[in-house]
Amino acid sequence: MRTRSGICRIDCIVWSLAAVFLAHAAVAAVPPNQAIEPDAYAEECGACHTAYPARLLRPADWAVVLATLDRHFGVDASLDATALAAVARQLDVDPAVASAATTKATPRITQQGWFREEHDEVSAQQFRSPAVRSAANCNACHAGADRGQFDEHSVRIPR
Amino acid sequence: MSRKALVAATVLLAVPASADTPESLMRGYAEQARTTSASYAGPSPAAGRRLFHQQPRDWSCATCHTNQPVATGRHAITGKTIAPLSPVANPERFRDAAKVEKWFKRNCTDTLGRLCTSAEKADLISFLLSAQGGT
Repeated sequence: MRTRSGICRIDCIVWSLAAVFLAHAAVAAVPPNQAIEPDAYAEECGACHTAYPARLLRPADWAVVLATLDRHFGVDASLDATALAAVARQLDVDPAVASAATTKATPRITQQGWFREEHDEVSAQQFRSPAVRSAANCNACHAGADRGQFDEHSVRIPR
Repeated sequence: MSRKALVAATVLLAVPASADTPESLMRGYAEQARTTSASYAGPSPAAGRRLFHQQPRDWSCATCHTNQPVATGRHAITGKTIAPLSPVANPERFRDAAKVEKWFKRNCTDTLGRLCTSAEKADLISFLLSAQGGT
């Protein structure tokens, strides 16, 4: 009896250690930006503007955006090193490049050829209307913008 | 026993929730202010209100957060909706010291063109806690 319960104790300890190990392994297996960095991009960038989907700019352009955050369209939006690296990884940018100094101008999504083409029926006046205010305000017309949805059929331009 | 171990592992692995509250953060800033000035009288909602409307350059706090910090705001440039700043209307505000520091740094620079002092931060939180509707 004593022996059996002794074995059981050892058995349970082994299983418990295995459970703890597996729990750690499960956490480690989750991609870093989900486990350690809960959507740093939405948190840091999406507070002031739509969290523009990464596909709207080339990684090389995102790299310049991140490297010029201290002069980000008129405001100092610089991030600490940890947050910058997390955002860079989400945008497929090398964190080292994102923190390197550059004299390049910050690229604008609204100056990309595809953007102009897709919005050629929208007048400058409509973009400046009180309900929209700026072409940066995707949500004014694209209700699903924060979820990365820009389907043309669901566009509603506010009057 | 393995169930207990699993529970223990879950607790150990869980990210500790921040224990910060608007009141605790305000007290912390007030204590910092007291260490730099022995005559510091404590957080002042009236001083916080003045700070909220101070506009030495193109923006004040109210530019984006509106004249009513319990109301939903809007970013001056991008038009993005901003959830109410006052903890009276938005319990998620002022719950994380690091986040609060980050936004004080960013927004004091945007509005005043300088960092805010600890006394100003305590004043502002006391004002936001006292906010009812209009200011």
